[in-house]
Amino acid sequence: MGGLTRVDSATMARWLEGSAVAMREQRDYLTQLDAAIGDADHGTNMDRGFASVVTKLEELDDSTPPGKLLVAAGSTLVSTVGGASGPLWGTALRRAGRSIGDGESFDGAALATALEAALDGVVKLGAARPGDKTMVDALEPAVRALRERVDGGASAADALVAAREAAEDGMHATVPLQASKGRASYLGERSIGHQDPGATSTVFILRALEQAVRERP
Amino acid sequence: MSVATQTLKKFVNAPEDVVKESLAGLAAAHPDLVRVDFDNQVVLRKDAPVAGKVGLVSGGGSGHEPLHGGFVGRGMLDAACPGEIFTSPVPDQMLAATKAVDGGAGVLHIVKNYTGDVMNFQLAAELADDDGVAVESVLTNDDVAVEDSLWTAGRRGVGVTVIVEKLAGAKAEAGGSLEEVATVARRVNERGRSLGVALTSCVTPSAGAPTFEIGADEMEFGVGIHGEPGRRREKLKPASEIVAEMTEAILADLSPAAGATLLAFVNGLGGTPLIELYVVYNELAKQLAERGLTVARNLVGNYITSLEMAGVSITLVELDDELTTLWDAPVHTPALRWGA
Repeated sequence: MGGLTRVDSATMARWLEGSAVAMREQRDYLTQLDAAIGDADHGTNMDRGFASVVTKLEELDDSTPPGKLLVAAGSTLVSTVGGASGPLWGTALRRAGRSIGDGESFDGAALATALEAALDGVVKLGAARPGDKTMVDALEPAVRALRERVDGGASAADALVAAREAAEDGMHATVPLQASKGRASYLGERSIGHQDPGATSTVFILRALEQAVRERP
Repeated sequence: MSVATQTLKKFVNAPEDVVKESLAGLAAAHPDLVRVDFDNQVVLRKDAPVAGKVGLVSGGGSGHEPLHGGFVGRGMLDAACPGEIFTSPVPDQMLAATKAVDGGAGVLHIVKNYTGDVMNFQLAAELADDDGVAVESVLTNDDVAVEDSLWTAGRRGVGVTVIVEKLAGAKAEAGGSLEEVATVARRVNERGRSLGVALTSCVTPSAGAPTFEIGADEMEFGVGIHGEPGRRREKLKPASEIVAEMTEAILADLSPAAGATLLAFVNGLGGTPLIELYVVYNELAKQLAERGLTVARNLVGNYITSLEMAGVSITLVELDDELTTLWDAPVHTPALRWGA
């Protein structure tokens, strides 16, 4: 099937539902990571936000195109999460959704473009660069890997495996970094040795995307 | 969940209900001053919007009470947007608050410099602008504990926020334009510096455990109001020495003019009794006098807290005639009241 993989609303809904399940399961873990270098609310906030997204999905018409679905999910995150993660992930999903447009389905190349738009939104709003020990350290290499694989002819599903692996590598690589953005930055050198919670939740979300696309019925 | 509830030694029903139930308590205790819009989670001045007056909106994570909801009322804020504990509120709250207090003269957002607060207020200001409400934003960033802003999210907004809300609120009450009120707010922030010291950690109801570990004989010098670390960890020492170190750090950064007139604000972080706050104030007043500085106004008490953290912060603001007059102007809110 290779490059023929197409992604539709049902896939996007499975992605968001899978993300919500992951946030619920990993809530305490994410909060523990955040307690070490932040303010111990990341898991709670992300769980609350994605649970609200699932509720929002139930209200949406089945014929809602995937782009609109992501915009609605992003707006829900902005409205329910608070902290920095709400505006950042909300902007990411809204940008991705707008990039996808009104079509009923889209291909791997459009998915890569959408996640590039998401990354761009996150970077602009948060003013974080790779190496700052933030979610960008997981998202940026993932988006880059996705683009490379898709351009090389891989299916969306296969490209997402590479993207998730790149995100995991990026997440592990945050451990020795010193934070220079967000609340962890106040720790200075004391932030070294801890894995960034935002990069970690980013991996869970990309893992859910990979599963949603691979497990198409 | 049940385990956390059993070990959590706090007056709560369920951790997730603390913010809403506390707001309900505020509304029940002060119906003459405030009302609470529970749908949008916003504390509003009872008579908002006040026609022709600039509206003042602030907000931030809960857990710092009485900031901000306790400062809603005549001569201070028109609305406060409380988030979850230590979590920024969301743009919807800020937008609802902004519209509710717009009396036709525009709205000032007072934002403490934290990544989440700044982003959410920025999105809210854009939404309000789309709806035709003139919004100005003022950032407070007075915490001198954060020395190198190149490598951090910048200085945190702490104690000066209370003073900004009081003085900008008085300016708005006196009929100042949006630009004039914003200018006062920025001037206060520029002329104010703070530093905090913690003796114990806070415990958020959802985490149920101390935010940071600290030894029985240690203090965190430069702590933030969410338990963020400061400049260094030190052994506890006499109050006179702690206050001397704090004063030195603040004055080194503020560099007040010789013989300057100051507002001195000694703030408890939640778990330190008033008797100790006055010990701190006594040292502060003595040490400032020895340096030839005049304390023209003061405030002592728990005004911007960090749950049950034992600790204290000192804020010094260099006054001028206008700021002194604005400080003396009547204020009537749940947590601050004089002249009214």
